[in-house]
Amino acid sequence: MAGSNPNAKPMNLTLNVWRQPNRSTEGKMVEYKVKDISPEMSFLEMLDVLNEDLLHAGTDPVAFDHDCREGICGSCDLFINGRSHGPEKGTTTCQLHMRKFSDGDTITIEPWRANAFPVNKDLSVDRSAFDRIIQAGGYVSVNTGGVPDGNEIAIPKDIADRAFEAATCIGCGACVAACKNASAMLFVSAKVSQLALLPQGKPERKTRVENMIEQMDKEGFGACSNIGSCAAECPVGISLENIAILNREYISAKATSNNLA
Amino acid sequence: MLLDSKIPEGPLAEKWEKHKFNVKLVNPANKRKYDVIVVGTGLAGSSAAASLAELGYNVKAFTYHDSPRRAHSIAAQGGINAAKNYQNDGDSIFRLFYDTVKGGDYRAREANVYRLAQVSVSIIDQCVAQGVPFAREYGGLLANRSFGGAQVSRTFYARGQTGQQLLLGAYSALSRQVAYGKVKLYTRSEMLDLVMVDGQARGIVTRHLITGEVETHAAHAVVLATGGYGNVFYLSTNAKYCNTTAAWRAHKKGAFFANPCFTQIHPTCIPVSGDYQSKLTLMSESLRNDGRVWVPKTTEMAERVRKGEVKPQDIAETDRDYFLERKYPAFGNLVPRDVASRNAKQMCDEGRGVGSTGLAVYLDFAEIIQRIGAEGVSQKYGNLFAMYEKITDENPYERPMRIYPAVHYTMGGLWVDYNLQTTIPGLYATGECNFSDHGANRLGASALMQGLADGYFVIPYTIGDYLAATAPKPVDTQHPAFAEAKAGVEARTEQLLAIKGTRTPDQFHKALGHIMWEYCGMARNAEGLQFAKKEIQRLRKEFWSDVRVAGTGEELNQTLEKAGRVADFIELGELMVDDALARNESCGGHFREEYQTPEGEALRDDENYAYVAAWEYQGENQPEKLNKEELTFENVKLTQRSYK
Repeated sequence: MAGSNPNAKPMNLTLNVWRQPNRSTEGKMVEYKVKDISPEMSFLEMLDVLNEDLLHAGTDPVAFDHDCREGICGSCDLFINGRSHGPEKGTTTCQLHMRKFSDGDTITIEPWRANAFPVNKDLSVDRSAFDRIIQAGGYVSVNTGGVPDGNEIAIPKDIADRAFEAATCIGCGACVAACKNASAMLFVSAKVSQLALLPQGKPERKTRVENMIEQMDKEGFGACSNIGSCAAECPVGISLENIAILNREYISAKATSNNLA
Repeated sequence: MLLDSKIPEGPLAEKWEKHKFNVKLVNPANKRKYDVIVVGTGLAGSSAAASLAELGYNVKAFTYHDSPRRAHSIAAQGGINAAKNYQNDGDSIFRLFYDTVKGGDYRAREANVYRLAQVSVSIIDQCVAQGVPFAREYGGLLANRSFGGAQVSRTFYARGQTGQQLLLGAYSALSRQVAYGKVKLYTRSEMLDLVMVDGQARGIVTRHLITGEVETHAAHAVVLATGGYGNVFYLSTNAKYCNTTAAWRAHKKGAFFANPCFTQIHPTCIPVSGDYQSKLTLMSESLRNDGRVWVPKTTEMAERVRKGEVKPQDIAETDRDYFLERKYPAFGNLVPRDVASRNAKQMCDEGRGVGSTGLAVYLDFAEIIQRIGAEGVSQKYGNLFAMYEKITDENPYERPMRIYPAVHYTMGGLWVDYNLQTTIPGLYATGECNFSDHGANRLGASALMQGLADGYFVIPYTIGDYLAATAPKPVDTQHPAFAEAKAGVEARTEQLLAIKGTRTPDQFHKALGHIMWEYCGMARNAEGLQFAKKEIQRLRKEFWSDVRVAGTGEELNQTLEKAGRVADFIELGELMVDDALARNESCGGHFREEYQTPEGEALRDDENYAYVAAWEYQGENQPEKLNKEELTFENVKLTQRSYK
């Protein structure tokens, strides 16, 4: 079946892929060749081709995380040619298409590199640290039932829109992988800003930011030095402004904190 | 076995209130003595796990993802319905109920659907309280839009990513209970079997996807919120991991599977571009509010478009056929999904399809861009347009989108009664995993509503009725049934690894998908279905003698995971074909070519087929037994659905 662009020529590529059997075994880069890659393919479909080839050859396929393949679940997490999710701005790996590469290219594919994200196998990493940060306070403490009508509290549209923008974080970890300090500040700031902006989140804003930052530090993420590569590489465009909001929230919480420890 | 749907007596509008009063309550001090397993952490699972934990039950929540937030509910785009009538446009609980029953082509249970419409209003309140950033008007109140198949604006949304925002809300509620220690979260754990003790659901067997360790877990009740089975077609809008394994294993342990042939083909997906295609991407139905669907009027013009000799934007208005507007003047481009899909297929079958494959129709935004400008359109649909361009390399602001129907949702699923309990005592099914609310066709923005209704507002009441009758004694995995189920799972893994054949799980999956799409897809007929049945049986034999899985069971082995899921899909595929063959009528998404009106619309047979087909497993290689739950309609009149 021909694609939408029948003139697109298939490509032959060299892949340098990180292979690591499990967390406790050392890994290394391994070179593979893939042939007849259509420019219409997504990057993960290209890896599917590689894996089918490997399986037919009796070799263990390359493990990588993926699921929705439409840029929203946050599962895919490849570091391609030294960049989180590869060369295209504002794009997850699953939405990156091979038309962004050229015949004969060599492509280097690594997992996210961060102490807080240990490798499970090959390109799959453990991002449960993000879940633990959310568990530390990334919520509004309401039980099911007994809440006011949805229109009880009017929220100015610009506030709602800003909260929404922050809430679109997909939790992929590209920001951590892009940061030379492996800092999780952009991820944490997105949730803190969303809930600090909304009236529903205000009652807990002080404890929330303190607890989430504390958990973030505990997980071994690095400090933020305001370079901004996180926001530059974020596939959904979470703004650096959120880190400014986070810092303000944190300082004002600390200044009046009940937690003297 | 006689199917008892346990629908409460009394007038429709009072059933749920009365039932909530009549169900047994568990003493607050006793709740902590009950363990509940929830499998799946999408909207239905996360909301159930969080709500049950808030009540005091000990919840164990399982997901095969690395985080609960990755469940495929996250990808739902358009919105969530609720009968709030905030827009003063005549909406009501009864209207949402009526629309849903009619939209489902009268194959859903009235009482369940009415309850769904009733609790819909509470869902919005709950989500707002959690900090879900719904779209708002300048006055600060919640915004609504109209959505496929509805003539009122009752859909709440968060740009084109409503599912994401709702799931993150439910995930935050779940995370809070994890922090409190009321939910124990098991990530990267895939349920591979159900454990039964004395005829009751008592636990599950899981495989940890990173270590390969097979584990058993016990509880007083088990809730399956494991989603739908659309990936039986290989290509669908479902995420790659979506599968039927948990539901299918429960089915083989005695849970009836209802209406498996009711699958929804969504009209607005990005067309297939090549054989390597791994999944299909939906373009939200909300686009049909403003986009106009058309094909060239003549096959000659269509041929020129396919060859690239003419650009669609250069085709004169007089040479275009806006076929939905022409055939359905009342609903136009907003006809329900099944109708829109079938018509698109018909245009392509007539040779008027576009794109290089001829398997596409246009969805055109030129008119609205002219009316409100590109900026305004970007406000509404920016992320969808960007996604379309990333995938197709075409700019939808300049050139109409190409769309084609694709498998999207499965209305069928595990049979449940009014309490959402399956035919296995102590086993519940919620969300897309059950069959209950959408009949033969689901309306847009109703999946999110049902998932959250089940999890936040139904299961927390109904599960208590069962638990209150169960002794609050601790449960553990010492019973021999656990070891037996575990051994079964391990043996199957060994078997898959030992075959060492020549074809990969993906190759088998694609072959299955091809059979299902061709013969049990948008249009079906008896001859094709009979052929498909034989093909599936042949494929199943080949699978178990020729599948190739590398590696071992004691590591992250994605090929092994796939192989197990494909094996279950093959078995389910055969049951879908049986179900489609047994239903000699057309309704909703089930279109049997032999049964259509002179205008080519679905022709129901209410006299003989107004029932839920609930299939009962009879053992390996035995034909399944068909049980019927008759549907009675006391509050809506059965009519030929007309959107003209």
